[in-house]
Order: sequence, then C-alpha cells, then structure tokens
Amino acid sequence: MEIGGIIAYLVSLAIMAGIFAVFALGLNIHWGYTGLFNIGIAGFFCIGAYTSAMITTPRPEDVSPMYAQYVHQIFGLNLPFIVGLLGAALVCGFIAYLIGYPTLRLREDYLAIATIGIAETFRLIFNNEHWLANGPRGLMGLPQPFQGLVEPRHYNYIYLVVVLAIMVVIYISIERVIRSPWGRVLRAIREDEVASAMSGKDIVRFKMQSLIFGSMIMGVGGALYAHYTKAISPDVFTPLYGTFIIWVMLMAGGSGNNKGAILGAFVVWGIWIGTKFLTDLLPYTLKARAPYIRFLIIGILLEIILIYRPQGLMGEEKRISKMMD
Amino acid sequence: MAELIVYGIVLGSIIALGAIGLTLVYGILRFANFAHGDLMTAGAYVALFLVTGIFPWLGIPDTTFGSLSFGWRMTLAFPIAMACVAAASILFDRILYRPLRRKQSGPVIMAISALGASFIIRMIVIILWGADYHFYRPGVLRPAIMLPLEIKIRPDQILILATVLSLVILLYLFLQRTKMGKAMRATADNMELARVSGIDTERVIVWTWGIGGALAAAGGILYGIDVQLHPGMGWHFLLPLFAATILGGIGNMYGALIGALIMGVAQQVSTFYLMPTYKPAVAFVVMILILLVRPQGIFGGGRS
Amino acid sequence: MRVLEARNLTSGYGETDILHDVSMKLEEKEIVSIIGPNGAGKSTLLKTIFGILRPRQGVVRLGDEEITGLNPDKIVRKGMSYVPQVNNVFPSLTIQENLEMGAFVRTDDYRDRLQEMYDLFPLLKDRRNQKVGRLSGGQRQMVAMGRALMLDPKVLLLDEPSASLAPLLVEMIFEKIGDINKTGVAIIVVEQNARETLKISDRGYVLATGRTVFEDTGKAILENKEVGKLYLGG
Repeated sequence: MEIGGIIAYLVSLAIMAGIFAVFALGLNIHWGYTGLFNIGIAGFFCIGAYTSAMITTPRPEDVSPMYAQYVHQIFGLNLPFIVGLLGAALVCGFIAYLIGYPTLRLREDYLAIATIGIAETFRLIFNNEHWLANGPRGLMGLPQPFQGLVEPRHYNYIYLVVVLAIMVVIYISIERVIRSPWGRVLRAIREDEVASAMSGKDIVRFKMQSLIFGSMIMGVGGALYAHYTKAISPDVFTPLYGTFIIWVMLMAGGSGNNKGAILGAFVVWGIWIGTKFLTDLLPYTLKARAPYIRFLIIGILLEIILIYRPQGLMGEEKRISKMMD
Repeated sequence: MAELIVYGIVLGSIIALGAIGLTLVYGILRFANFAHGDLMTAGAYVALFLVTGIFPWLGIPDTTFGSLSFGWRMTLAFPIAMACVAAASILFDRILYRPLRRKQSGPVIMAISALGASFIIRMIVIILWGADYHFYRPGVLRPAIMLPLEIKIRPDQILILATVLSLVILLYLFLQRTKMGKAMRATADNMELARVSGIDTERVIVWTWGIGGALAAAGGILYGIDVQLHPGMGWHFLLPLFAATILGGIGNMYGALIGALIMGVAQQVSTFYLMPTYKPAVAFVVMILILLVRPQGIFGGGRS
Repeated sequence: MRVLEARNLTSGYGETDILHDVSMKLEEKEIVSIIGPNGAGKSTLLKTIFGILRPRQGVVRLGDEEITGLNPDKIVRKGMSYVPQVNNVFPSLTIQENLEMGAFVRTDDYRDRLQEMYDLFPLLKDRRNQKVGRLSGGQRQMVAMGRALMLDPKVLLLDEPSASLAPLLVEMIFEKIGDINKTGVAIIVVEQNARETLKISDRGYVLATGRTVFEDTGKAILENKEVGKLYLGG
C-alpha cells in the first residue's frame, strides 16, 4: 500500500477515534466526575445524530415530490453544519433534563437500567415511526462542513481538523468547568454524598446539571458522527457500538481523567481496528463472524482492565485544584 | 383481549424464571447482574446444541410427545442445559466477579463487569450459531387447543406454565426446608451476620449463581420452545427482567414472580395498541412509573 | 483457667487506630464488663477479638490457641460467639430459623440445644414460627443471643445488649445474661449502661480514648466515685 493510502487510512482512523473521544469526554462528566452510571449513551448518540441530520437537510417536500415519497422526516431546516452541532447539543441537553427528572433520585443501578431503557426506547421509536426520520432506512446525503473546498478524496483531512478542533474545545471547556467552584462541588458529591453537607434537593440539582452538560457533549459527538458517515440509521445506535465501546474506552484510559478519556478512545479504537487485521488472517469460514470475534476481544479486554488495572492507563486525576483539600 | 392476557401470563411465567434468579443474585450479592438475560440465551442455545447436534448423533429418537412440539431429546436437554449454565454462571463468578469482590469494588464496577460478560456470552453465541433465528423444531404447525372465552392456547404453553410452576415450587421447598436454602435467605438478609454465625458465605454464593443460572437457562429454553431462538433474546428480556425484579422488591422471590406476571401481561396487552417491537419499552415505562411512586417495589421491604 | 486473653492490641479502621495497646483477660465462667464513654473503642475491641478487624499489633488467645487475625467463621468454630450491637438477627427468617442458623456449623443433632434455648427464653418458644422482623426490640435481642448460643460457645461477646431497649427490658436482659453465665459460658459485655452491667460482672475494664484506664472487680468499680465521675457520667 502506498504512503498516500496509508495516511488516508490513518486519517479516517483518527476521525473516528476523535469522535469517540468526544463521547468519552461526555461519559467522563457523567461517570468520572459525578458517578452517574449511564449505560444509555447510545440514546444521546442517536438523538444528537438525528437532530443534526434533520437540521442540516431540507424537508423532503422541498426537494421534490418524488423524493418526499421515499424519505420522511419530521422536519428539515437546511441550515449550516454549525447550527446542526449546536442544535444537537441543545436537544440532547433538553432530553437529558426530561430524563433526569424522574431518574436522578434513583440509586445508581436503577439509574443504569433506566438509561438502558431510554436508549432502547429511542432506538425503537426511530426504527418504528417512519414519519419521524425515515424509520429503518434512516437518513442519507447529510452535508459536510467546508464541503466544496477541496477534492472529495482529500476531504477527510478537513474533517479531521474539524473533529480535533471541536474535541480540543470541549476538552478545554471541561477542564475549565471542573476547576470552577461548581466542579469542586461535583467532586465532593462523588466522593461521599452523605458527608457533602448539602440537602438532597441540591445534590439532585448538581447531578442534573452534570447530566445535561455531559449529554450535550454526547450530542455533539453524535452530530460529528452523522456528518462524517453522511448516513445514519437506527441500527447504528446499538448498545454494543453506541454505548459499550465507549465505556471500554473510558475504563481503559482512566475514568475521572479527561486526558485519559481521549487516550482511551484512541487506544481502544486502535485495538478495534487492529483486531480487524487479526481477523483478516482467519480462514474463510470464520470470516463472516469476524465483527463478532472482534467485539468478543473488546469484551474480554474490558474484563481484564476491570480486574487488573481498573484505574485505566492514566488513572484518576490527582489534584483538580490547588485550592482543594 | 382475553387471549392476550393468557399469553401474557405464559410470557410472564417465562420472565419469572429469569426474574427470580436475578432477584436471588441481587439480594445476596447486591449487584445488578446485567448478564442475566444472556444466561437465558445461553441456556436456550446449549439446549439447541444438544437437541440438534449431540442427541441425533447419539441416536436418541426424534418423536414428539402427543401434541407437544418436543419429545425425549428436549426432555433430556432441559436439565442438562440448566446444569451447564449453572456451571457457567459459577465459573463467571469465580473468574470475573469474585476478584472484584475481593477488592471490594463498588456495585457499579461489578455491574460494568456483568455488562461485559453479557456481551461476551452474546458474541460467543453468534460466533457459534450465527446471527439468524433458530428453532428447536423448524417448520412445525403448532396446533392450538380451544378454551372457553374463545382463547386459543397451545399444548406447549400449558406445559410451560406447568414447568414454571414446578420449578417455583421446588425452589420454594429448597429455600424453606433445606439448610442451604435457609442459609441463602439468611445471607440475603445480612451477609455480615451470616459470616459471624459461621455460615460459609462463599458456598452460599456458589449455590446462588448455580440456581440463578439454572432458572435463567430454563426460561430461555421455554421461550425457545414457545417462540424462537435468536442471539439477542436475552438482551431483550433484560428490561422486563429488571422491571419485574424491581417491581417485586429486590431479593423478594415471590415479588419477582408477581412482578414478572404483571410485566408479561402488560407487554402483551400493549400489543393491542402498539407495535410488538415496543414491548421492551412498555416494560421500561411501567418500571419507571412504579419507581416514581414506590421505589422499593410493590412488596419491597425497605431494605437498601 | 484463662479462657480468653488479649495483649497489647492496637487496632482500628483504615488509617486511624482506635485502640492503643489494650490488654484484658477473661477467666472461666466469668462475666467481664468493658465500659467507658462513647468512642472509647469498646466495640472495636470486641471486633478485634472476634476477627472482624485485624489488629496492627498485639495477640489474642483463646485458651492456649492463638487466634489473632483469624476470620470470624473460623473463630466461631473454636467456641467463641459474637452478638453485634445492631443488625444482629435475620429479620425475614423465623425465630426457629434464626436459631438454626446459629447452629449452622454444628454437624451433630442440636435439637437438645434448641430446647435449652427455649427454656432459657420461654417467650420465644410460643412465637418460634414468627418472622423475627416483626418482633419487638427486647425479643429481637433475645433471638440475637440465642442464635449466638446455639453453638454452645465457651465465650460469648455481647456488644451493647441493652442499647435502645426500654428500662424494664434492660433489667430483663441483664437477668438473662446472668442466667446464660450460670450455664457455664464466660461472657464479655461491652456496655454504655455501666451500672447495670457492673452489677452482674465479676470484673470490669474501663476504656477511654482507646486505652484501659482502670481495672477492678465489678463491685469495686461501681463503688469507685472517682471513676464514676471521670468516665461514667457520675
């Protein structure tokens, strides 16, 4: 394979890793900093992606009557990419607020089940209600930012810059927020809810804010994904691909550590791609099972991490602020 | 509608087998076993392997019992598959959960481990059998019996109800009358005191996983007999399982049974108004509603 | 014969030490009280003796066997039983089942022992098939002690048996402790209620901030005005 091809391949790897890094950062807010056991990442992934998709594409009726026969969307605003991103974040934040209302008072494992249920419910709704976003067929032809600037085959370089830029912006924002007084309270809550001498209502309020913040980030991740692949459908947002792998990334990199979240995303995505090379070596009869063998490896990887190095590669951040403790 | 309720009871009884095992594990080990649904899957597929692979090779005949859809093969496969999954559950505990227990990891870490285990089981099933649907006995027409109120029920389903009832009664007798059963109940009440009394809590844990796994396997096989097998079947049961367990109060076996029946009926009745694929969502919504009103469940004892 | 001995115990939770260099002994058929203000380390002492906590320093001997740091389920098999202060019964089990659980490690026929328990606590006999969770505090305490006694222990450790009991019941509980002792069991009682427990004790130790500050016969401590003022709230 020639150099150009290798670089192009690495670029596409980096884009996906960067997108997952965004998700991992969002999960880190939920779990790493607040102790919210969110197994429903796929739900926010889904909502973020679909929201951005529908904000940035026109209504099928406005394209042509024939098009409207094949594609059904509940709305289409045909606005630029950046609006799609922001819209995804806002809608996810709003949904997080609605979800948080009944569920944040629950204990951790109940919250986890609730998040599974919510993610599954969203996926089912998007799959079954064709009028919403074209049902199982999903949406295609999603626009990309800065589309006309270069030849299509070089476009990924631009998108890589976009993804990394957004990832860095998010990283810096989170680091800022965590060092603020708000962030310190969050830490205190996670360490010991009872000892942090606040009323129960206040604790719930902080958790809600954290839930919303993290979910908005996940929404951005979903939007980034949608505009990279240019097509989305409900079967992308499965518990395996949309939730589990992100948990493995955060655990591998180090929960409670933003650099760890990013590192974990890149490392685990690298391993995921690496397993592809492994399974390419498999005999023909097993080739069809390759993706499942790869997921099996990822699953085993998680268990090994949990037992032998639960703090991940980077461990938890030691000191958040010199002013604390 | 009456038929939906009847079938809801059948479905509920299948859920009950999983929910009872789940509530036992939850009550004694105090963590949410997200892999429990996939234990059901494992049971169903082990039975499939026996019925379509091993037993034909051993020469066991394929005749069916009367109007039931299965015969000797399944009758033998049923307890063997239960035992296999019981062993596998104990093995999982030894390899995955016990090291975490030793390190005193919190319930969330253990739940994440269970989540990983659920994916591992599911991937193994797909690798070995593929991602398609399977049947224990493909292509058979399932004759139905007519009951009053124009309810149709299949002989298979009557047997499912009978099997679940028997297993539940056996479990009840075990927990009430045997020394290990009482030790399990004691450990669920107060693990520290159980240790202080000299009860070997590690052995109790092994029994808990064995029984939980065996019951889950039974549930999976019965579902496979009634409907079909597919690798995601256990995951689809996860929400109803947890909903039933939480509804009945964690650690409460009878609560789990009632909760499961309620879930089954609710899910089936919902198909009158919604598409069948929404069933897990229905279980979820019912669970959220209950949790909002009464977090300790209908029969919960107020134990944290 | 010395039935239990603890020497130079230093023990605590996590990084903090609660007990500092505490020693005590228990002779056969004795009742020994451990009293002192809150936070003195009385419960910690019992837990260290019973193996729930591992001491950083020091030795515990049961008879002539060293049992320092052994796990509770091993210690229980050697003839020492422990009744915690709270959560000391199995609420969803019946009285009878609670007692049966106490006899879990016994391989012989314990029905005689069961009968002895019902003779000791006649109130429990009538309700033996009731779930313990429904019983009153005093009845629960009796179940808790009965459970511990099913093993026929040589030594019984009681952690604040009269805590949260009404005064009438307190008297009854200490009467029962006396009865238990008469059957030949040596008892260590940790108590907030110094007066009542010293009345039935052969000897007593006063613990304060993790150290033994006084040791004498039960009667002597009761009559000692200074100790009473300093450590026992007059």
